[in-house]
Amino acid sequence: MFAFGILFPAILNGLTTGAVYALVALGLTLIYGVLHIINFAHGAALMMALYGVYFLKQALGLDPYLALLPMVAVMFVGGYALQRLVINRASHGKDENILLVTLGLSIVLENVALLAFKSDTRTIETPYTLATVTVGPAMIAVPKLVAFGGALLAAAALIAIVRFTDLGRAIRAVAREKQGARLVGIDVDHVYAMSFGIGLATLGAAACFLLPAYYVNPQVGNGFVLVAFTIVVLGGMGSFAGALVGGLLIGVVESLGGLWFGESLGQVGIFLLFIAVLLFRPQGLFGAKA
Amino acid sequence: MKGTLSPRRDLLQVVIFLLAVGMVAAFAKSGVVLNFTMMALYGCLMAQSWNLLGGYGGQFSFGHALFFGTGAYVQAIAQLQWGLNPWIALPLAVGIAAAVGLFVGALSFRYGLKGSYFALVTLAFAEVFRILALSVPFTGAGVGLMVPLREGAANMQFADRRGYVLLVLGLVGMGLLLTTWLRHSRFGAWLQAVRDNEDAARAIGVNAFRVKLGAIGLSGALMGAAGAFYVQVFQYIDPGIAYGPHTSVEALVAAIVGGLGTLWGPILGAIVLHLLADLTRNLFGALPGINMIIYGVVLILIVMFSPRGLLGIGQSVRRLWKRESGRE
Repeated sequence: MFAFGILFPAILNGLTTGAVYALVALGLTLIYGVLHIINFAHGAALMMALYGVYFLKQALGLDPYLALLPMVAVMFVGGYALQRLVINRASHGKDENILLVTLGLSIVLENVALLAFKSDTRTIETPYTLATVTVGPAMIAVPKLVAFGGALLAAAALIAIVRFTDLGRAIRAVAREKQGARLVGIDVDHVYAMSFGIGLATLGAAACFLLPAYYVNPQVGNGFVLVAFTIVVLGGMGSFAGALVGGLLIGVVESLGGLWFGESLGQVGIFLLFIAVLLFRPQGLFGAKA
Repeated sequence: MKGTLSPRRDLLQVVIFLLAVGMVAAFAKSGVVLNFTMMALYGCLMAQSWNLLGGYGGQFSFGHALFFGTGAYVQAIAQLQWGLNPWIALPLAVGIAAAVGLFVGALSFRYGLKGSYFALVTLAFAEVFRILALSVPFTGAGVGLMVPLREGAANMQFADRRGYVLLVLGLVGMGLLLTTWLRHSRFGAWLQAVRDNEDAARAIGVNAFRVKLGAIGLSGALMGAAGAFYVQVFQYIDPGIAYGPHTSVEALVAAIVGGLGTLWGPILGAIVLHLLADLTRNLFGALPGINMIIYGVVLILIVMFSPRGLLGIGQSVRRLWKRESGRE
């Protein structure tokens, strides 16, 4: 059970799965970790993005990795509009209402997909779908390796935006003190919408990296929602590096849990880890303060 | 409504409600009406449970399925494996669901989890229980548990839907009395004080930890009753039904849509949402998804135009009407 030949591939497999989790969680870090919007529609938005990538490939023959640019742009605009026109307007600034609105949104999106695309599970074929690289005793699928690189890039991009741009400064100001930010002339509603847009744009990128090695159906996003929240809290609210490490850690925990306790029980490890972090280290692994 | 100190008005309303619904149950001939009444009341029970903790205690749980599923499994296991009568199993199911509530509450309130952290921890606990129920043998794993058909009031299995309606009406009545007690008792005042400002409540000597613990215990008990009722009606339970997010969502949506921290909000919310769901299902049942799209859109619209819940609309209208009539 502890042999290198078994453990190493399991850990490697966990890391690549974890990279996908991290990609999905990075967008949520901005939305939930920084702005404290409990976005239940995160999984549904990912699902829509996956359909976007799917149809770009099937209808226009666009390679998923080339779809990156249009997907990021479309998801950004969609996210901006959604926050500005629906979530902000409907929530009246109350947490419980944000929760209901994003819940309502996820129900609507999921069923629009069900109505339009039926409940079939769809996959795409690319030249590199089945390509693998051999690393020691393990084999990694090429798309998963690319997704790993994509997660690193996305995290770096988000860190750069939040740390070095005027928008990032405004986001940090709003996150710390909404009233004060408004007083110094920051358009708070605009900043919220920009953050939501960037969060969903990250999902657009995630979808491009995810689909070559994954599938899409109307319910595909549900499995990611709680895992993404787990990663955001685990990594520390608002820490992108934390989300990246948290995602990888969760992937490894799931993989090793599956190895030792069987496929279905393996997932328990994720949530037990989550509960333990919430109870004993609520600031997360990388969180600056409680 | 919040300002009334005498419980008499609340009690009068409760009695009228129970009598009215009881009459419907007694005289309705249509199976559709009885079935709707039963399912709407069952929704009321879950919403009431959520309202106790979320509305009066300000603690938002995303994982009420935890208590629902526990109640359901205890109700089924007590009959199947311990050979108990369902009427004895019911209080057991309620008690163990309450105990799970106390356990989760003790852990999360002891470590000061609030707001979205509390919500996420309850969600995570529900997931842990779901996966465990899928993996351990005594829950029947993925296959689930089936309670054999043994019709008869002594077995809490009624040939006539009327029996179930009266059973769930009794449970809802208990929920109403519990809520009324909460609105007029010292414990309820403490709980609402903690909800409104925990630091201030603590400063005047309220034991916030114990008060919140009491609330989650009561809430878990009611939700456990809903789970046990589910098993009696459908005679089947599996991990997805028991601990999946569906029931958690149903409970919290009905409570918030109706109006948080009110006696009648959860009742109104559950009935309106069940009407909406039934209506859209009947109109658009042929097209998969359409009914849920409408449900989601209406949910968003209600939140958008009535941030204090449906009961909030009623209150504004009444205030407006009073002002108008006062002018005349």
